Amino acid sequence: MASMPVIEIRGVTKSFGDREVLRGVDLAIAEHEAVALIGASGSGKSTLLRCVDLLEDIDDGDIFLDGEVITDPSVDAVGVRRRLGVVFQAYNLFPHLNVIENVTLGRVRAGGVGQAEAEEQAIGVLARFGLEGREKERPDNLSGGQQQRVAIARAFAARPRAMLLDEVTSALDPELVGEVLRAVRDLREEGVTMLIATHEMGFAREVADRVGFLHEGRLLEISPPRELLENPSEPETKRFLRRLLEAGRA
Amino acid sequence: MAERGSGRPDPGVAADAQWARDRRAEREAARRHRARRGQAVAALSTVLVLGTLTALIVTSPGWDDVQEAFFNPDDFVDIFPDVLSAFWLDIRIFMVVEVVVLVLGLMVAIARMAKAPALFPVRILAVVYTDVFRGVPTILLIFLVGFGIPALDLSGLPTEPIILGGIALALSYGAYVAEVYRAGLRSIHPGQREAALSVGLTEGQALRHVVLPQAVRRVGPPLLNDFIALQKDVALISILGVAGEAFRVAQIEAQTNFNYTPLLAAALLYLCITIPLARVLDWWDSPERAR
Repeated sequence: MASMPVIEIRGVTKSFGDREVLRGVDLAIAEHEAVALIGASGSGKSTLLRCVDLLEDIDDGDIFLDGEVITDPSVDAVGVRRRLGVVFQAYNLFPHLNVIENVTLGRVRAGGVGQAEAEEQAIGVLARFGLEGREKERPDNLSGGQQQRVAIARAFAARPRAMLLDEVTSALDPELVGEVLRAVRDLREEGVTMLIATHEMGFAREVADRVGFLHEGRLLEISPPRELLENPSEPETKRFLRRLLEAGRA
Repeated sequence: MAERGSGRPDPGVAADAQWARDRRAEREAARRHRARRGQAVAALSTVLVLGTLTALIVTSPGWDDVQEAFFNPDDFVDIFPDVLSAFWLDIRIFMVVEVVVLVLGLMVAIARMAKAPALFPVRILAVVYTDVFRGVPTILLIFLVGFGIPALDLSGLPTEPIILGGIALALSYGAYVAEVYRAGLRSIHPGQREAALSVGLTEGQALRHVVLPQAVRRVGPPLLNDFIALQKDVALISILGVAGEAFRVAQIEAQTNFNYTPLLAAALLYLCITIPLARVLDWWDSPERAR
């Protein structure tokens, strides 16, 4: 038997009012695997990530983390979130805290780690993402690329079972995209299990083991990047990729 | 333009530089001239407006009587120490009530925003509280609490006018301050709460460590504005006959001497507190402070 997936999504549906955002998504992510989700804005990529972190309640289906169902109403959402790390499109750093406090807050308050130990860990994690010497800065004084790397460090500091990356480069100026992608590549080399929503096709191709195409709340196909991006089987995927190519984004 | 770098200074280049210097001097002179003119106009219009107002008041038929009744220097010197020591009571009342208001307002604001179904009655209570106590004139509230509560004749309830007046002020201002806090809490982007949850904090921890600190910082200026209003409104509890309160003392003195100078003395003391507070508020709100 193959080893148990870290994240397993089964038949998940989600509506906001009358708008069906997810219409039955199935997806399993193995340990150390990176799965990228592509698709137009509104296709449901971000919503799916938010459902996995229990920031949204799903309507139907189930999500499992290490084989345990997490979408049951009786499950403690806080405990689940402590095992996952999320990086948001708009960074969502805590502006009233400095860089190192952004990283240690969750470790100390939720992870039960002592202040000194958390700080030592945080310094190490920040250095790993090229942020040594920035520990005492306020997020506002950093560039977008640096802020997003702090957000990655914050999510990674607890060594989560999996990381959920939601359009982590979409809010960045083009010249800052590279440094954030390098940080994600670093996570990849570390073997972190990842579910990534992205607009960057080149990045999806490079970093993901599999790329899934989400269209109107359905996962139309999922396959290794080369296959999906160069030889898609679904007409919708072809259309989407062609539009990207025309816009010079592929 | 002539070629540069040849040994001898080029006359054309030198002339250009001279011309640029002249232009700069000309522009600076024009700027200074405008600034001087602006200052002159401001000074003249100030003198004109203030002069006209003063003339209007001083030449009014009742000016002599007003001067005698409100600006009597002997009375002022006589009465000032009494009013000043009474004012100390005002400040103490203000400080105690302010602390109660800050705590009460925050609790009501948080109660109003509580989403849990079990807390529904708490939420309703908070809504009713803010609606009612913000909607009733403070002076009426002071009457109702100050005379109503003792009339209940229940043991254990306070009967001291100063305590009752303080309670009424706290209830009234607590409702305003609750709304200020609530506006602050709502102004924090939902992404902040989500980020806090995503690093594993509970809802309570997210509120305490992430949302609340940012909200409180943001509402500092409007809170201070309510402080200023409360500081003045302490005088309202004089209607309950609180002994030793500044406005009350000034009023009694005024009635015994048929002279209103003590009231002016009290007014000056209030200004001594409220004007510095207003300047602190300006500073807090200034764009420079935002760095």
